[in-house]
Amino acid sequence: MPGIDLPAATGLWCVPGFLCLAGVAAAVGQRKLATPLIYGGSLALALVALGAALTCFLQPGPPWTLALPIGLPGIGARFRVDALSAFFLVVVNLGAAITSLYALGYGRHEEAPARVLPFYAAFLAGMNLVIFADDAFTYLLAWEFMSLASWAIVLARHRDPANSRAAFLYLVMASFGTLCLLLGFGLLAGPAGGYAFETIRRVSHTPFAATLAVVLALLGAGSKAGLVPLHVWLPLAHPAAPSHVSALLSGVMTKVGVYGFTRIVLDLAGPPNPWFGLTVLTLGGITAAIGVLYALMQHDLKRLLAYHTVENIGIIFIGLGLALAFRANGIKVAAALALTAALFHVFNHSVFKSLLFFGAGAVLTAAGERDMERLGGLIHRMPQTTVAFLIGCAAISALPPLNGFVSEWLTFQAILVSPDLPQWGLKLTVPAAGALLALSAALAAACFVKAFGVTFLGRPRSAAAKAAMEVDTFSLTAMFLLAAICFLAGVLPGFVIDALSPLTAMLTGGTMPHQAALPWMSIAPIAESRSSYNGLIILTFLIASGSVTAMAIHRFATRATRRSAIWDCGFPLDAPQTQYGSASFSMPIRRVFGTVVFSVFERVDMPRPGELRAGSFRMRIIDPAWRLAYGPIARGVASISLILNQLQFLTIRRYLTLVVCTLIALLLLVATWR
Amino acid sequence: MALIVDFFLQGVQMMLVVAIAPAVLGLTRKVKARLLRRIGPPVLQPYRDLWKLMHKEAVLAHNASWIYRTAPYLIFAATWVAAALVPSYAAGLLFSWSADLIAIVALLGTARFALALAGMDVGTAFGGIGSSREMMIASLAEPAMLLIVFTVALVAGTTQLSAVATLFSTGSAGLRVSLGLGLFAFLLVAIAENARIPIDNPATHLELTMVHEAMVLEYSGRHLAMIEAASAVKLVLYFSLIACLFAPLGIAGPGAAASDYALGIAAYLGKLFVLALLLPIAETGVAKMRVFRYPLFVGSAFAAAALAVFLLFVSKGF
Repeated sequence: MPGIDLPAATGLWCVPGFLCLAGVAAAVGQRKLATPLIYGGSLALALVALGAALTCFLQPGPPWTLALPIGLPGIGARFRVDALSAFFLVVVNLGAAITSLYALGYGRHEEAPARVLPFYAAFLAGMNLVIFADDAFTYLLAWEFMSLASWAIVLARHRDPANSRAAFLYLVMASFGTLCLLLGFGLLAGPAGGYAFETIRRVSHTPFAATLAVVLALLGAGSKAGLVPLHVWLPLAHPAAPSHVSALLSGVMTKVGVYGFTRIVLDLAGPPNPWFGLTVLTLGGITAAIGVLYALMQHDLKRLLAYHTVENIGIIFIGLGLALAFRANGIKVAAALALTAALFHVFNHSVFKSLLFFGAGAVLTAAGERDMERLGGLIHRMPQTTVAFLIGCAAISALPPLNGFVSEWLTFQAILVSPDLPQWGLKLTVPAAGALLALSAALAAACFVKAFGVTFLGRPRSAAAKAAMEVDTFSLTAMFLLAAICFLAGVLPGFVIDALSPLTAMLTGGTMPHQAALPWMSIAPIAESRSSYNGLIILTFLIASGSVTAMAIHRFATRATRRSAIWDCGFPLDAPQTQYGSASFSMPIRRVFGTVVFSVFERVDMPRPGELRAGSFRMRIIDPAWRLAYGPIARGVASISLILNQLQFLTIRRYLTLVVCTLIALLLLVATWR
Repeated sequence: MALIVDFFLQGVQMMLVVAIAPAVLGLTRKVKARLLRRIGPPVLQPYRDLWKLMHKEAVLAHNASWIYRTAPYLIFAATWVAAALVPSYAAGLLFSWSADLIAIVALLGTARFALALAGMDVGTAFGGIGSSREMMIASLAEPAMLLIVFTVALVAGTTQLSAVATLFSTGSAGLRVSLGLGLFAFLLVAIAENARIPIDNPATHLELTMVHEAMVLEYSGRHLAMIEAASAVKLVLYFSLIACLFAPLGIAGPGAAASDYALGIAAYLGKLFVLALLLPIAETGVAKMRVFRYPLFVGSAFAAAALAVFLLFVSKGF
């Protein structure tokens, strides 16, 4: 193919472009001009990069590679664009472009723009570079660059102690993730040190090395993406950043984690073992269920969204796990179906999660509040934001005819072909993962009824919510663009599936049937006789039947309407606190799952009749990951350091003895190793 | 010409489910009243109720938003479209391939989403309690329903309802343990989803345990008519699903003769009649449950359906 050289090179040139922009941002500092200049520049660059990535993605051909003589001697820096990286470049740059557009309006409210702007541009450069990288060194460098740039933005509002704590936790988890990836790449490169991905792909790995590398990739990329139990930093760090960066962190950077995992496991590590699929599937199912259950319990709007990202990562990993299992057993069409479902969900989630974070940012600007217990009634104050946020909520709750439903539907279809898998472990895990997926889909709807209902509907719960004003045009345009993409991808999913088919052919060797050839633009995962879905017809039917009914009633019956006070069974209470709020809405679900999943501490202090003091209700929910995974680690580290502490108070003689002993031990080790 | 006939047949199905729904509801009420030794309203009373409600003015709270006003139509449309896609008297209709069983479940989810939001719109305690409980029940019932879908799909090798009905009506699927478990689970889910006793009481107002009626408490006039019509259609939808999955006798296949279609309609009406007799009998036999007993009820549906799916993953013979 002649086509992709120029666009791929253009895309790569955007990385130094973003870096220059970061330099400019550092130079202009606090000046008023800085915000529009940097976000405008990022928007232009991201649009160029998006155009380049789309061209590469839609023009399947041989991969484009480039080796530059910079970096480590003997390795250099290699870059490559193939179908997989082109797809993720589209996701990253679409998110980057729309976020920059949003930030043109939202960024004006930033208190200290100099703390955000340089790192914003650098963060975009880092994410792009991770996907371009074609050798382990460049990859890790870009990965770490991306992590550090985003860490700096999380720390932008460092005066709040909660934010600096979140940033510290993020830094620890990011370093842990990079360490795992470093070791994983080391194993794949082998003793010869072939760090170029081309070499890693060519060499056949021992089963032990491949398995260990996959586990390390799961830990390293999973910690970035937010797999349970490595997700704990995510609901703390994502909301701490300014909202447009939260959208990038949650909607886009987690996808870079997914990219890392896909690249290593499906591309570099060689033919998969069926047990990889089983592990990934189990983790994905648990992640989906835990993520949505904890999202439901949150009353901070941005933290709810961040927890919900964990759920969606779970759904994506269920798809990836199925793809691995099918590929290991040579069932190519099903592997292509599962991979398509996972990648479609990657795209969808990046769109609607960005939209929802933008909405949360708009609410934060308008009402200065992200605690849902102090919001409410915003539909009257911010009518346009409400519409966009509602579309995002419906899409993420997997409601037809929007896009979230299509990718979940494809995942279900992939689960339904899995009785063909021969391994018993998989036969028993797949239906369990399916049940968890079904559960999390239903809980997601509950979660977003709560998020939307408490924030936008009802009566305002605070003076700030009562006085909220609609946000600026840039923010609204960005939100409506994303909402339009949610609609288009939901109504015409066949085009997305067809565009993904070269990618699935590359990674699994199979493709789904050509969707554009089907009549009426419906989609069919395997064959039309098995199952098919048509979002366009469903949408048409919904609009037609709804509007015809409404018109008929208005025309032939009555359209008289009268406004009056709230009825509420005859006892309307004026205080807005009598409405259902966030904690009360989720209380039944908390009660149902409380004994199994949550560590909930509730304390109700109800005054006796006649007492005049106020009643109180306290509730504390702790993520079980802290108790089960991190508590023991922290205790272990503490007790070991207590023991090692004694080493600080030795005499010089003993220190010398220790040094000599260590030297001898190391020499012995080297001698026996040879 | 063939296309016109196809459109006509699809249109008949679409109109049939809406036209018959109030009568089915009226029949269940009548039977229930007779079982309680009351005379009960006439079977056709729901039509009169709807007619009356449609002609009354709609009273809205001062702070009701556009969501409150459009939700009834969306709920009705989503339920109606879902019901029109379930094969009632004939399989393989023109648009039957545009949504499979998973999509039908999800369409009901869309209707529920709109209803729960409408319940929260005015900002009352009753609306919130209804929405919150409805979503709790749904978050248990919907996964159970999806697992039932898996059961049926694994037996039939397809999620396409028309294909399932055609296959099952030949009898080649036979009697299976998994389908038995699926039917048991489905009945429990249908009771929970249609707000019937023991989960919810459709005849009650002003009771703290109510769910569905609490959400729609503020509604009046044509909006209430739409919501009532939607719940009647939803009942017919679940009856049709039982009829088409577990008793697909008499369903006309693709390209059948006119007499087959007539037979199909007669068989469908007969099945609805029998189910509308059985539901109130089951309802009068039990008492309403406490709210926090629901997880046991719906959870047993989930467990039964999950067991069926596991059995089918172990061997297709179950």
